[in-house]
Order: sequence, then structure tokens, then C-alpha cells
Amino acid sequence: MIEFQNVNFAYEKGKEVLHDMSFRIEKGESVGLIGANGAGKSTIMKLLLGLLYGEGKVLIDGVEVKKETLGEIRAKLGFVLQNSDNQMFMPTVYEDMIFGPLNYGLPREEVDRRVDEVLARLNLEYLKHRYNHKISGGEKRMGAIATILAMEPSAILMDEPTSALDPYNRRIVINTIRELEQTKLIASHDLDMILDTCDRVILISGGRIAADGPAREILSNKELLEANRMELPLRMQ
Amino acid sequence: MPLIREKAFTTMNKMQKALAELSEMDELAARRSPVHTLHPAAKLLTTIVYILVTLSFDKYDLSGIVPMVLWPILMFTVSGVNVRTCFYKLRIVLPLVMAVGLFNPFFDREIMVTIGGAGVSGGVISMITLMLKGVFCLMASFLLMATTKIDSLCAALRKLHVPAMMVSLLQLTYRYVGVMTEELAVMTDAYHLRAPGQKGIHISAWGSFLGQLLLRSMDRAQELFSSMMLRGYHEHFHYADIDRFRARDALFMAGCILFFLLLRYGNIARLIGGLVVR
Repeated sequence: MIEFQNVNFAYEKGKEVLHDMSFRIEKGESVGLIGANGAGKSTIMKLLLGLLYGEGKVLIDGVEVKKETLGEIRAKLGFVLQNSDNQMFMPTVYEDMIFGPLNYGLPREEVDRRVDEVLARLNLEYLKHRYNHKISGGEKRMGAIATILAMEPSAILMDEPTSALDPYNRRIVINTIRELEQTKLIASHDLDMILDTCDRVILISGGRIAADGPAREILSNKELLEANRMELPLRMQ
Repeated sequence: MPLIREKAFTTMNKMQKALAELSEMDELAARRSPVHTLHPAAKLLTTIVYILVTLSFDKYDLSGIVPMVLWPILMFTVSGVNVRTCFYKLRIVLPLVMAVGLFNPFFDREIMVTIGGAGVSGGVISMITLMLKGVFCLMASFLLMATTKIDSLCAALRKLHVPAMMVSLLQLTYRYVGVMTEELAVMTDAYHLRAPGQKGIHISAWGSFLGQLLLRSMDRAQELFSSMMLRGYHEHFHYADIDRFRARDALFMAGCILFFLLLRYGNIARLIGGLVVR
């Protein structure tokens, strides 16, 4: 369960990016976080991950995000970065996948079991010993998702998971996301993908929640979307 | 097949080539050979001893230092690493190393040896000795990197009780070089696309170019670091799992060190020379 309780945040004094924001995401929910550039989506992600701290409370499974609880929080959350190059920093996919679990002190046998299981689940066995600099953008994105799944998080946060992917790879990533059982929070401008993967959408505008409700309802509301510098998903046009 | 496929690089810019070469070092180190499977600490210590022994030769002891090439040759042969790859990758550093002692012939003109009636000065001998020292040490360092993964090397350093902070710095620096080179490649491409026909970066753009490079690579480094932190990284790397130090590793080390000492104090070249020349 992810919870924001009256959160305020400003990068500079007097210029608030988030204003008194509150929402709650239940276990197993798949939520799309949408909004124009600069609306505050990335800031919300960073606050959840403990990369930034604001006023108010951010809770993950009832544990407040603060310096003392970071270890516990980050073991529960997996974050797929927008730029997979920044996520895949080890030489091979395998080394990247074991990086997190080993840091959490899991024994090697368990880590290897997880790696094989995740790769088999995503049909990525062939990527295991491939070099990160030699795989395609789509493979890298799938590899990034695999590195997160190997940590067996209870919730997954994704920042633009389908950006810069061709239609084929985009579809593979969408299908993979749909099959994940974890709680998901996906920040994206790809509204068709959000429609495909999320049951609920939170629309952010100017650091406030402009709408929060069923994905199909919000993503078919032309006036609401256009008032917040967005457009109907292609499928709805 | 040689690892360097120069033709494949023709469409890349210099930075992308550098990046590809850097990645190739990881690939070289991931190969399998009797040298690759040795314990990294054994290879590290042997390389250090080799470098120390090589540097300990007197500047005029040319005949003594020449046989030191035998060890790199042996290692290149057993590891299957191509000598050409070594010299290709060291092409930028080698001239600098070769330049050491370049002025010796001008300062030290005393004739020390006469070959076929022509006198060879001490300066020339010391210059060649210094060059060989540099080349041999670089070859040994390259061999270590080409047969040992950086993570294994760092694990070995930790086993040798090198402070974790220093080892982490080494590992992060190794990764940061890649990040910085990637950013440089993107920026260089962007520059040349808007400066057709221009060779290199014009001096007027150096300041902003370097400033941007620093800021961009810092941003990326920050993002990478966040990604590490989010996966449980906490000041110390989990270093690679390396095998136990086995008898064959000790044997390799002891054999090599004995060989170095033999070369250092036995003067093999003179012994062989003595057999054929009265």
C-alpha cells in the first residue's frame, strides 16, 4: 500500500511543486500517473523512493519514508528508470540482475534461482549473459524490468516505461507490465499504454491532483485532458 | 578472429570508438583461459612484483631487461589475448612512455659499447632501457586488465585488505569513465552535425563544451548512483564472488616470482650470449 498524506514539496523556497497532495494506492492496484511536463510526476516518484523529502507523510506498507527506514522501503519498491542506460550499469544483464539481491544479503543460490525464474517468466533467457552495451533499446528496457523483478518488490514504480520503443517492443513491455501482480505506479505520457495497463489514473496538474478515478473514465474525458495540456489516447479519438 | 574490427568502427565517432574499446576490455576479461581462471589476487600480486622487478634494473642494464619480455609473451600465449590488441589499445599511452628518456642521448654521451666499430653512448642505452621498462610495465598492466574482470580485481583488493572506500572509488571511477565518454560521444556528434567540415571542436567552444560535459555527466552519474541506491547499494559494493586461493594460484605466483628473480639476478641474456660468443 502506497500513501501520500498532505505532502508539500518545493525545490526552491516559495516555488512549490506539490501542494497538499494526498492519495492512497491499495495493494495490487495498477495506477497511471499522468500530467503535462513539469506537473510533478517525477517528484512524486522521488518522494516515494526517498530520493527527496518533503512536508507531510509518505508511507509504504504503513512505514514512513525517512532516512532511517530507507533500507526497508527500498527493499519493497522497485523503480524502472526512464533511461535504461542509467539502470543497467553493470557489464552484463546477469550482473545487473544480481546487483540488488546481493546488496540485500541474499545467498548466491537464492539470487541465481530468482534470476533464472525471472528470465524464464519474461522469456529473456537468451539475454542472461549478454553485454548491456550490445543489446537493443527494447531488450535493455526488458532487462531493466528484469533487474527490478529479481528483487521481488511488493510495488513497482515506472517512469515512462515505453518511451523510445518501437511498436513491437512497446507491445512486449505493455504485455509484461499487465502480467505483473505487484502494485504498480506508472508515470507516463503514453496514454494508450496507461489505458492498457492501469485500472486507475491520477491526473496531476500544477502540483495538485486534478482528477483521480477509473482509467477509462478519465482517459475518455476530452475536456479534462485538454484543460490539463493532454490529449485523448489515440484509441479514444 | 581479432577483437578489434576496425572497419566496423568507421561510422562511429572517436568517443564511440573509445567506448566500444572500453567495453571490449570487459569482454576480453570475461573470456576463459588458464590465465583468466587464476585467482585475481595471484595475478595482481604477480603483476606488481613484475613491475617492481622491471623497474629495479639499472638504467644501463639493457641486456638484463630484454629477457623480461618473456613473461608477457608467455602470458599472451597462454591467455589467448592478441598482442596486436594490446598495442592497439595502448597506442595513446605508448608514445608518452617512449618519450621518457628521449633526451638522454644528448646529456649522456660517454661511449659505453662499440658495435661493429660504431660507438653507442650511455644515453642511447639508458633511453632504450627506460623505453623497454615502460613498455613492459604497460604490457603487464594490460594483461592483468585483459584477463581479470574489474569486479574480481576489486574483490581481490578487498581480500588484500585495501580499504573499501578506495576500492569502491576505483570501481565507480571505472564506471564513470564510461558514462563521461558516452556523454562526450553524444555532444561531439551534436556539435559536428552543426559544424560540418570542421575538424575537432573549435577553441571558442571549449569552455562551454567542457562545462556542459561536466554538468551532463554529473547528472547521469547522479541518476546511476540513485539507481544503485535504490537497489540496496550502501557505500560498499558487493564485490564479485571469487574462488578460494588454490594451490595452483600459489604455484603460479611462486613460479612467476622465481622466474622474475632468475631474470633479475641471473642475466639470462648474458648467459645465452656466453654460450655462443667467446
